[in-house]
Amino acid sequence: MNTTIMLFLVQDGITNGAIYALLGLALVLVFAVTRVILIPQGEFVTYGALSYAMLATGQVPGTVWLAMAMGIAAFGFDLFDARRSLRLKRILRSLVFNVVMPAAILALTYRLAGPKTPIAVNIALSLLIVAAIGLYLYRLAFQPIAHTSVLVLLIASVGCHLALQGLGLVFFGAEGLRGPALSNAALTIGPLRFTGQSLAVYGLTVAFIIALWLFFGFTLMGKALRATAVNRLGARLVGIRTTLSGQIAFLLASLIGAISGILIVPITTLYYDTGFLIGLKGFIAAIIGGLVSYPLTAVAALLVGSVEAFSSFYASNFKEVIVFTLILPVLMLRSLAAPEVEEEKD
Amino acid sequence: MSALLSVSDAHVSYGKVEAVRSVSLDVRDNEIVTIIGANGAGKTTLLNAIMGVLPLKGTTSFAGTDMALLDIEDRVAAGLSLVPEHRELFATMNVEDNLQLGAFRIPKATAAKSFERVYTLFPRLKERRKQLAGTLSGGEQQMLAMGRALMGAPRLLMLDEPSLGLAPIIVADIFRTIGELRAAGVSVLLVEQNAQAALQIADRAYVMELGEFILSGSAKDIAGNQRVAASYLGFQHEGTSGI
Repeated sequence: MNTTIMLFLVQDGITNGAIYALLGLALVLVFAVTRVILIPQGEFVTYGALSYAMLATGQVPGTVWLAMAMGIAAFGFDLFDARRSLRLKRILRSLVFNVVMPAAILALTYRLAGPKTPIAVNIALSLLIVAAIGLYLYRLAFQPIAHTSVLVLLIASVGCHLALQGLGLVFFGAEGLRGPALSNAALTIGPLRFTGQSLAVYGLTVAFIIALWLFFGFTLMGKALRATAVNRLGARLVGIRTTLSGQIAFLLASLIGAISGILIVPITTLYYDTGFLIGLKGFIAAIIGGLVSYPLTAVAALLVGSVEAFSSFYASNFKEVIVFTLILPVLMLRSLAAPEVEEEKD
Repeated sequence: MSALLSVSDAHVSYGKVEAVRSVSLDVRDNEIVTIIGANGAGKTTLLNAIMGVLPLKGTTSFAGTDMALLDIEDRVAAGLSLVPEHRELFATMNVEDNLQLGAFRIPKATAAKSFERVYTLFPRLKERRKQLAGTLSGGEQQMLAMGRALMGAPRLLMLDEPSLGLAPIIVADIFRTIGELRAAGVSVLLVEQNAQAALQIADRAYVMELGEFILSGSAKDIAGNQRVAASYLGFQHEGTSGI
């Protein structure tokens, strides 16, 4: 192997690793705040990517109807929960949040979708749709069982993944789709060629990490989210609603997922079920980070990306096997090093 | 004067075991009320149920509103605050962040005033404001837990065993601060095993035993009660049988 090939592989690894880093961070965030291991993270990627790709061809993706349906169901849940104390203000707020908002997104999408819609508008629409789905997913599937064990939450999470993946097949079909690149610019440094797309990947990843750091370190809402992760009862006792924290965590996760999808769909063809594998690689990074450490997760994601790039060069048939085998020594080391922790009861 | 907090015929159960049975109490404005009793009497359970952490059967009202339909967060917003036995601090965050989150439900401008007030009450917290809550000493953690609760400008502060596991000199400090709270217009409902200290600063007291109130009255009367003196204050009189 010569240096040029190695540089190519490293570059490829870092580009993929940056995406895994974003997804891994989202997984750590959601787990810390809600104790949910977010298997459907991969579906957020697929939904974001394929909604964007469909919008780019001028079609309206089915996801926008899904957001509407989930919103209406969420409104029903809210009504049921509030049945003992029907307060007009609360119901109106729920109506605006769960019905009017997705209806507005639906109307906006139908209004704006077309073959000539600018890329930026398509991106914004896809993000809106997936963010709404993420929010309502928490309301429908996880908020009612928020107090249960990690295992129950994980089972619900797997269920959501299967349901969303099946719906993905309905919305996008079995054929793969590709989306238009964010920019066609390219930059050549020595033997390496950086496309505008890969630069956007790096730029957005770094921007997101900085934004998350600022959000968690310096805003009251970010601190409230951290507080919920550290001590749920303590958070409730100062008046932080754990449901609000959960919603924000899911909102961020779905946004991150959708952005990752939009970043990769111009590079590789995505199918309705591709997201799962991509999400799993982010999950490996998150596991290496112990599902708690953001910096360790980001570094591990770059490692996962590089291992993937090199193994696809040397043994492309075993690429996934090699990447997922990474998790074994990590789990062994972690279980040997860490003292046994009893699951938090609340 | 009507009661700020009023609880009547409260029952709290863990499954089939009834830990609190038919308890009624009230706390008026600017009053320090204490509930004393032995370990396992149900004091902590009662406080948690009043806060909404545990389900309570019976009626509770706060500042004239029925609390049955309010969850913990609504009760905090209404001005009720609990400093729990285990303090429940945000251990991996610093003192200042813990305090800031205590003011989560109140406007920013008011929060600035709260900071001033809490730092005046507990100058030690100001010195340690950049230190992680988990690395504070037990006494400082108790101060932080109280400070965090006070940041939300509550009308009634419920304290669960604030003296637990603390050195006597710090206990004296904490109790002096509880006394100062009354001057600041905060009512206090205090649960304590350290009955002597609690009865000294309280206006009224309830004595709890096996989930029920067996005595109530002014703190002075309770302190003078022979049965209480024998079982909780550690004075053994000849001829009194321990309860």
